Amino acid sequence: MMGNGKKKKIGIFVCHCGVNIASVVDVERVAKELDGYTDVELSTDYVYMCSEPGQKMILEQIQERGLDGVIIAACSPTLHEKTFQNVAELAGLNPYMVEIANIREQNSWVHTDKEKATDKAVKIVKSMVEKLRGNEHLEPIKVGITRRAMVVGGGVAGLQAALDIADHGYEVVLVEKEPSIGGHMVQLSETFPTLDCSQCIMTPKMVEVSRHPNIKVLTYHEVESISGFVGNFKVRIKKKPKFVDEDLCKLCGDCADVCPQVVPDEFNMGLSFRKAIYLPFPQAIPGAYTLDIDSCLGLLPVRCGKCKDVCDARAIDYDMKEEIIEEEVGAVVLATGYDLYSMQALGEFGGERYEDVINGLEFERILSASGPTGGEVRRPSDGKIPKNIVFIQCCGSRDPELHNSYCSKICCMYTAKHAMLYKHRVHDGNATVFYIDVRAGGKAFDEFYQRTVDEDDVLYMRGKVSKVYKEGDILKVRGVDTLTGKLVEMEADMVVLAMSMVHADGSGELMKKLKVGTDKDGWLAEAHPKLRPVESLNAGFFLAGCAHGPKDIPDTVAQASAAAAKVGDLFARHELLHEPTIVPVIEELCSGCGICISMCPYGARSLDLTKHVVKVNEVLCEGCGACAAACPCGAAQQKNQTDEQIFSMVKAILKG
Amino acid sequence: MFTMQHSDQGEEENEPYYQRLIHAGLNQAFSVLESLFFITLTLYGRGRPMAKPKFAIYWAGSCGGCEIAFLDIREKILDVDKAVDLVFCPCIMDTKYKDIEAMKDGEIDVCLFNGSIRNEENLHIAELLRKKSKVMVAYGSCATEGCVPGLGNLTNAEEIQKYAFETSPSTGNPDKIRPRAETKVKGGKLTLPVMCDYVRTLGQVIDVDYFMPGCPPVADQIWAVIEAVLTNALPPKGSVVGVNPKTVCDECDREKNEKRVKRFFRPHEVDPKDIDPNLCLLEQGIVCNGPATRAGCGALCPQVNLGCRGCYGPAEGIEDMGGKLAGSIASVIDSDDPEEIERIVSQIVDPVGTFYRFSLPSSILGRKV
Repeated sequence: MMGNGKKKKIGIFVCHCGVNIASVVDVERVAKELDGYTDVELSTDYVYMCSEPGQKMILEQIQERGLDGVIIAACSPTLHEKTFQNVAELAGLNPYMVEIANIREQNSWVHTDKEKATDKAVKIVKSMVEKLRGNEHLEPIKVGITRRAMVVGGGVAGLQAALDIADHGYEVVLVEKEPSIGGHMVQLSETFPTLDCSQCIMTPKMVEVSRHPNIKVLTYHEVESISGFVGNFKVRIKKKPKFVDEDLCKLCGDCADVCPQVVPDEFNMGLSFRKAIYLPFPQAIPGAYTLDIDSCLGLLPVRCGKCKDVCDARAIDYDMKEEIIEEEVGAVVLATGYDLYSMQALGEFGGERYEDVINGLEFERILSASGPTGGEVRRPSDGKIPKNIVFIQCCGSRDPELHNSYCSKICCMYTAKHAMLYKHRVHDGNATVFYIDVRAGGKAFDEFYQRTVDEDDVLYMRGKVSKVYKEGDILKVRGVDTLTGKLVEMEADMVVLAMSMVHADGSGELMKKLKVGTDKDGWLAEAHPKLRPVESLNAGFFLAGCAHGPKDIPDTVAQASAAAAKVGDLFARHELLHEPTIVPVIEELCSGCGICISMCPYGARSLDLTKHVVKVNEVLCEGCGACAAACPCGAAQQKNQTDEQIFSMVKAILKG
Repeated sequence: MFTMQHSDQGEEENEPYYQRLIHAGLNQAFSVLESLFFITLTLYGRGRPMAKPKFAIYWAGSCGGCEIAFLDIREKILDVDKAVDLVFCPCIMDTKYKDIEAMKDGEIDVCLFNGSIRNEENLHIAELLRKKSKVMVAYGSCATEGCVPGLGNLTNAEEIQKYAFETSPSTGNPDKIRPRAETKVKGGKLTLPVMCDYVRTLGQVIDVDYFMPGCPPVADQIWAVIEAVLTNALPPKGSVVGVNPKTVCDECDREKNEKRVKRFFRPHEVDPKDIDPNLCLLEQGIVCNGPATRAGCGALCPQVNLGCRGCYGPAEGIEDMGGKLAGSIASVIDSDDPEEIERIVSQIVDPVGTFYRFSLPSSILGRKV
């Protein structure tokens, strides 16, 4: 039955993992009890199986005894399965005849009773023997590669990733949904902890990207859908009409001058106005106006048509239509960035009610030399210079009951920067910061924070604010100073809320379309929190910047470069090897009911309408096994993890 | 012209589905038994007169539907009787147990044993017939998987009897009198078989040669087994006979797609007029056990807008039918919201009775312990 009824020669190697396992599990007893179990040829233990002597022992025993299966009873397979598979391969054994019995994470680390833990370890190893007896030899599936990448998002993460990949010598398609690349970073005033001007770093990078021969920049485009698999993706991209020909537009601005429609300016966070036909900001790339059709009076010349009349360059074309373009790429870098948590969600701070309660990005625009006030700190309501300013941190962050449980990471530093810059510009002003605790972990970060407190005289008040309200014309901030335990109430001319960061993919639609995994907060999920932090679990997708979680600029750039390096690593390979532990369909059993199809997160399964069975694209299949669990008739069986194997494992465990 | 066609169709649709079912089943049974009769005559009727093969059909813990499936051929049973020697069939013949006990071991050629093992008598006769029969066939769902009587395994004999004789709303039994195994009467004692604590399948108590699922089996299956016996073309011992290796979906002509279900319906909750006759029932929210059920019936129930009930038992690749069905039906729920999922799941009011309806005693669950 199992293993085609043929007797196997299985070797068992029990690892002490120093004292990690051996202090709780009697490893010698485990090895002894397995000696003589069905098909077990050899059972032994060693202090560090993953070390050179340990690996050598396994290699020699495979060769000397002609073992046709090996079980390493040690740590989690995510850690060293590959290591031991390589040893087996060196010894001439098919690597899929190696099984890891996890007696560390699932045993010694979670138990203290040595007797019971040892019994459990024996059961775990026995169950793996049962599994191994049913294993078959597998060969990796080979696939070709399209050496071209797509980067989604044109903020600093996307630009850095695109530049690095392009510099590796590969073509890049950069997709940005806004009319210009640059992202949030180009909106910032100065950056912590060096106070260098954000635009001065960012705009040259934008130019570099636009001029790079290997980069194709698609602004005002959105990814519609993606099909295919690692190395071989087909992407459908929606081209939104700009109604202005980028190549013809000379940036004279005549069109905007005559445009009668005035709407809030997104780049200035709504603190100023733009026209319906506009340039997001003077340094925008591509340098061309965009006609915002939602704000326009209408494209019919009888309605307005003023912009077209004045355009000497004849760049305006009302007949532009939405188009779908297709691109073939081998890898995708997701750099979709972040948004700020809505101030509406924290009604008690009055963010949406009072003009002078603003969020951090709005304050960045106020501080920016290119902003609505030319860099002078003036409040939105009446343009007065605020003499008392209050900063509130953790607005929506670190609040698992009501808002987001996570820390947005950058707010402590940018608030310190905000307070410092305020004091630099309003020397006689008072700045107060309400904080839970200051997290200034980063190169030169704490020194920066100390400078804000010591040199710039910013008052840090440890405590939470309960309410911001208006008494007459004056804003009042009520909170508690948790160091003295006293209630505090102070007047403020302006309040700046350090709003929590949230992922930019609002409803999560894009990631659903891409079928890329996210965590509970909607941030992109990495393949492994320690060892694979820039890869998605979906092969061929890489993560950069705040799409993965809150980050400052240096971390974002580092991650973008790492993602680009991973793309280079992928493209440098001759061909791709895909794990063969997939879930094929046994056509003799499958009746084509289609239940497994909706379970597949990778789109690997579809109905074969002529044969009335489900067919599997084996390269797309990641071997997660969801279909095997859903399949009602046993036609979907995971390679080396069949129902039969699972049942015999369960039996081995229950038998004891 | 148009009106005529319309009214014709209307009439056909007005015929209740169970009548259509019965018609389809009867026609099939007729044709199969007729051919059975002629083949038997050909094999046994030529040349010198040969002893006719001896058949037995027994009912243990069952509803009698398997006999009806056999007897639905009406007067043709006389023709069958010419081909085979029916030595034991309590449903229609008054043969005594002692007559069977008097037979030589292996004297019966084929025994079609239907019904589950519910009491000591069932067990005794199963063992007796095993001894006396060359080929023992678990005939029908009860004998093969335990079937509806097997749902009694959700409780035990005591609870069942207590309900039946004491607590059920329709019981008036103030003295709480229960049937006893032995009752002394004038001139001797009367006995009744003792109810076993739980239901077993035939295969769980004796060695079974072939399994013929179905509640009841359709005529095709009956034919397949008898033909195999008469032509000496028996499949390997232990085979499930007269079935297709795939599932009911394979025999169901409805269009199947990727499935995402927002609401499940019980049969009475949906107006047949609202059911798309060409689309997979499960996709329309009608719980259908077809995806996990062994093919062989020709998808009779789905043809009449009723979700497959699963009477042919688990298909070839399945270890535990109810578990597989629960897993797969849960997989088609179209929601990520735990509360909504909870609500959708609760629309399947009796999961065990739905998914283990025919196979509880033979499943991994087996019975309440």
